Amino acid sequence: MTCKATKNSQGLQFGGTMPVLHPVRLPHKHFCPYSGVPYVNFHIWHGVLLIATLALVVTASASTGDQGRLGIWDTLVKWTPLLLSGFSVNLLMSIAAMAIGTVFGVILGLCQISLMPQIRTGSWLLTQIFRNSPWLVTLFYVMYVIPFEFDLFGTRIALSDWSKATFGLSLPVMANVSEIVRGGVQSIPAVQWEAARGLAFNHRQTLWMIILPQAAKRMLPPWMNLYAILTMATVLGNIVGVTEALTLTREIIAAEARTDLLLPLYGYVLLMFFLYVFPISRLTIYLERKWAVDA
Amino acid sequence: MQFLADLFLHLYEEYDINFIVFFDQWEFDRYVKAIGLTLKLSVLCIMFSLLIGVAGAWLQRSRVAPVRWLVYAYVQVFRNTPPLAQLYFFYFGLGTIMPRFRNEMGLMEPFLGNFEWAVLALSLFAGAFNVEIFRSGVEAVPKTTVEAASALGYSRLKAYIYVIFPLAFRISLPGLINNIVNLLKTTSIAYAIGVAEVLYVAQQVWAVEFNVPEMMTLVLVTYLAIVSIFVWLMSRLRRHMRIPGYDM
Repeated sequence: MTCKATKNSQGLQFGGTMPVLHPVRLPHKHFCPYSGVPYVNFHIWHGVLLIATLALVVTASASTGDQGRLGIWDTLVKWTPLLLSGFSVNLLMSIAAMAIGTVFGVILGLCQISLMPQIRTGSWLLTQIFRNSPWLVTLFYVMYVIPFEFDLFGTRIALSDWSKATFGLSLPVMANVSEIVRGGVQSIPAVQWEAARGLAFNHRQTLWMIILPQAAKRMLPPWMNLYAILTMATVLGNIVGVTEALTLTREIIAAEARTDLLLPLYGYVLLMFFLYVFPISRLTIYLERKWAVDA
Repeated sequence: MQFLADLFLHLYEEYDINFIVFFDQWEFDRYVKAIGLTLKLSVLCIMFSLLIGVAGAWLQRSRVAPVRWLVYAYVQVFRNTPPLAQLYFFYFGLGTIMPRFRNEMGLMEPFLGNFEWAVLALSLFAGAFNVEIFRSGVEAVPKTTVEAASALGYSRLKAYIYVIFPLAFRISLPGLINNIVNLLKTTSIAYAIGVAEVLYVAQQVWAVEFNVPEMMTLVLVTYLAIVSIFVWLMSRLRRHMRIPGYDM
């Protein structure tokens, strides 16, 4: 992985770097200042080493597949479709909870910067309650307090476990989005408000046409970060009985009745989440640096 | 205390609102013990995660490249996977392949119990965040300060201990507080491997008493109280550690 050099601040450049004897030991530069990715220079022998290790692991696990049992590798391949279907439940829950949480969170966040003190205090309290209680506890709360079915105009509506869990997860998301909105709006310098007033914008116009468009850019990275956290929180559904990736893993282990599968299978689930969440968090850091306001 | 017990007993008998924890001595003791265990778990995890954070931030500046890659890989893996999946990986995955030994009663006992695994997994989880927080704190220490220290004859390690770290700690304190609050809340997932902390005991109580809304409310208030007290203590610490001229 290499990193593109950022703009040269001096503007003046000599051909090539000149050897300079520094009076002090310069700090190591291990991370690209732009993307935060560490400098890693891959050579061909790295790839050879990696492939050799992988091949060794696969053959070693395949060779244990005698006496009628599948090797670890084959077992993982066999269960992959089921695990992926479980993982898609996680993704579905994360997207739905994010959508619900964002809609209500934005409303709550705007209430937090309302000009009316009662609304401000009330929404602040609501935000703090859901922000400072554990996700698992709010999830339990919703799972046990909301009935599994109810009558609406004579038709019986049954609520599935996953939809209830999604609602339970959207509450802390709502509170966090509310804080992001409040923080984003308050991070816009006060001179913007004053300038808008000077140009005869009223309060609402200033907020919607001047402040929020600027704040949106600052709110996006923490919002994406929140999504990554939410995606990782969806496995909590396992504790309250939603059939998602981790639940299926436990069922697979129970079905196979083999202890040597425990480590690979849980590692496999970890890998799935990592492959999904890692790019999101890299992108978040990238956007954060790109849109950072120079102090 | 007796007044409170009477009040809640009255509430139960008249309105059927069952906060049994407040008027039954046995349940009260059990719940207090659970709060104690949550606090113990939190304190241990905070300590270990801080150690991991400091050590990781130091190792990330190591002159040996593979060490830096290892720290980077550790941080990214633990930051980008669900803590519950990590806990399961440790407890069910690693826990089963760990050696067992015979205790004094002649029963086979695992090498680490569920509490110890919870401490380990949660410390590693929070530690990964702390590494990043400390690293950015260390990077935020002005270069001139570091140079001044080395000009005064501080070695690399001594400069880190006496000059860089005290400043970096103050800079990274807000991020640290945030992360530890997050850790306090995450301790509730230890419920999943049967650590008898607040949520677990509450669940045991409502399984018998069928008072789910009351117990859930109590759990919510308990966590809010723990977090609020911690945040209050930390704001005092920040004021106490303030250096004039460094407004943080």
